[in-house]
Amino acid sequence: MAWTRFSKKKDMPGGLWIKCDDCGAMLFRKEFEARHRVCASCGYHFTLPGRERIRLTVDEGSFEELFDDLVAEDRLGFVDRQPYGEKLAATREKTRENDAMIVGTATIQGHPCVIGVMNFQFLGGSMGMVVGEKISLAIETAREQGVPVILFSCSGGARMHEGAISLMQMAKTCAALSKLRAAGGFSISVMTHPTTGGVTASFASVCDLLLAEPGALIGFAGPRVIATTIKKELPKGFQRAEFLLEKGQIDRIVARDEMRGELARLIAYATGAPFRLDETLPTPEARVAGSNGRESQAGPAGASGPAVDSAAGGDDAAPGDASRKARSNGRRKPAAAARKS
Amino acid sequence: MTEHKQADTQQNGLGFERPLLEMEQKIEELKRLAQSTHLDLSGEILALEERLRTQTAEVYGNLSAWEKVNVARHAERPMTSDYIQTMLDDFVELHGDRLFGDDRAIVTGLATMGRHRFMLIGHRKGKTVKDRLACNFGCAHPEGYRKALQKMRLAERMRLPVVTFINTPGAYPGIGAEERGQAAAIATNILEMFDLSVPIVSIVIGEGGSGGALGIGVGDRVGILEHAYYSVISPEGCAAILWKSGEKAPEAAEALKLTSGHLLQHGLVDEVIPEPLGGAHRDPQGTIQNVRSRLETWLDELTALPSEELKEQRFRKFRGMGLPVHAAELAGS
Repeated sequence: MAWTRFSKKKDMPGGLWIKCDDCGAMLFRKEFEARHRVCASCGYHFTLPGRERIRLTVDEGSFEELFDDLVAEDRLGFVDRQPYGEKLAATREKTRENDAMIVGTATIQGHPCVIGVMNFQFLGGSMGMVVGEKISLAIETAREQGVPVILFSCSGGARMHEGAISLMQMAKTCAALSKLRAAGGFSISVMTHPTTGGVTASFASVCDLLLAEPGALIGFAGPRVIATTIKKELPKGFQRAEFLLEKGQIDRIVARDEMRGELARLIAYATGAPFRLDETLPTPEARVAGSNGRESQAGPAGASGPAVDSAAGGDDAAPGDASRKARSNGRRKPAAAARKS
Repeated sequence: MTEHKQADTQQNGLGFERPLLEMEQKIEELKRLAQSTHLDLSGEILALEERLRTQTAEVYGNLSAWEKVNVARHAERPMTSDYIQTMLDDFVELHGDRLFGDDRAIVTGLATMGRHRFMLIGHRKGKTVKDRLACNFGCAHPEGYRKALQKMRLAERMRLPVVTFINTPGAYPGIGAEERGQAAAIATNILEMFDLSVPIVSIVIGEGGSGGALGIGVGDRVGILEHAYYSVISPEGCAAILWKSGEKAPEAAEALKLTSGHLLQHGLVDEVIPEPLGGAHRDPQGTIQNVRSRLETWLDELTALPSEELKEQRFRKFRGMGLPVHAAELAGS
């Protein structure tokens, strides 16, 4: 079942080749990474580690991390097959992160914002006291600085090991959003694969704008729970981003390579700042063709002249949506259509 | 008590009730015998009743988390409909979310209780099999949460406080629920409740099942009945995920610290409302009376507050739940 896809370690193997979880295509690892973990064959968006998400989204060198020293405590003395305290310590050691949330200030094509990214590598991106607190602090920082807040979710939901404390993080994050809204602030939620449970049922669903990556699993209950409850097979594409768009639950689906430009544009609409229609990320082809595999991030939009890489788009030079569509066509099959399960 | 009921208790995790039920049955028999034979058995009956009291106190004073979950789920535990019938002087049910339908898993309406008037919003589980099916066993769909919000906004316009009764295993996980935005409906309620300018009092009267409970649970005062529970996930669900076996639900219930005492200790509820000896199902009237008296106090306190202060206190309470520590503090401990 699709649900198990992201929990396997096989999306980070040591070998040269990677098998696409979705279409089964063999992907050359370097190219796969250069494409920021998007399958070249079917467009499937693999879960992106939190730090990589930030690198991919914000202007190079602009990210200043905040509240990174917050850590969770095992207040319940929770023991399943291992005490939660030990599990936390081991995960901190393994991931070199203090918890499942990274927040800070940054600029996106020159537009200042507060960004928060859930890190699925840390206990499935589950929301406990640290995640809830950092999301709330991120929202409050945005309110104080008068800039938009962008929250990327990627989470299995609330962290069971913190019991009802983690449940109340749903209320805490919504409390912060309520204050932001009253103060006239602006928030954007980007739901990525997977976003479920208490995360979907709190801040991620009530930001001003709701975006999703193609093919992302987004829902309240996990598909397994639903299938068990109703004792029926779930319809094709159920709970995928495309399904949510069709049901009117989200504003837009944005592909990973277009997220940065799209966010810059949306922030500009929210803040009234000017933006340039030709400022979007270069195409993946341009990146792969580039000498180093890893491209340099485009400079701040406020600077003179066009973004560094925008010329690399070649004949995709048409501005705005037109060029976006032109780039999407033919290269990327809609993820849902290509999905088997 | 019937044998049928005793068989039930074994299946639904209420095995600890068995000796109590047997003793209750014996007392009933003695009373009947006394009546039919005109023998004076009052001494024996009194002694048995005393023993029953002691044993009930002992059993209920030492319930495990899992046993409490099963008390919270007890079929004879007073439900929202019982509170409506017994506690209120008047109730005008109001239907519908104005968008899709009328979810019977959540009942809403205008209520009068003595000198207090309020908007009552409560999960409804149903008493009979037919009722239970109609109410979907207390598992609301998005339209239930949207109905609740629509009535909360109405209460605000009418300057009436909101009282919510929480008693749900959880919001319903189904295809239609997902299609219509279950997560968004709950999230919207939580967000909007912070913005509501009238007092909100929430009481967990049975099961506080995760987001489905919190979706009507952002209260200025949150009370929980002594043997009710409030949890991030059902013990069965937690056991299935972390223990890879639904049969480990008792262990999961223990680990989740979902009982009223623990919730109070962690500052997640404001007060535990005591239940009569032997649980709410033994004395629904007594239970409802306890709830009523807390409600009256809270409504008196809250209606005296200006709405801005009310909202600010509500914000501060939930904003302060589960504060993490700094890494340096952890290393030092």
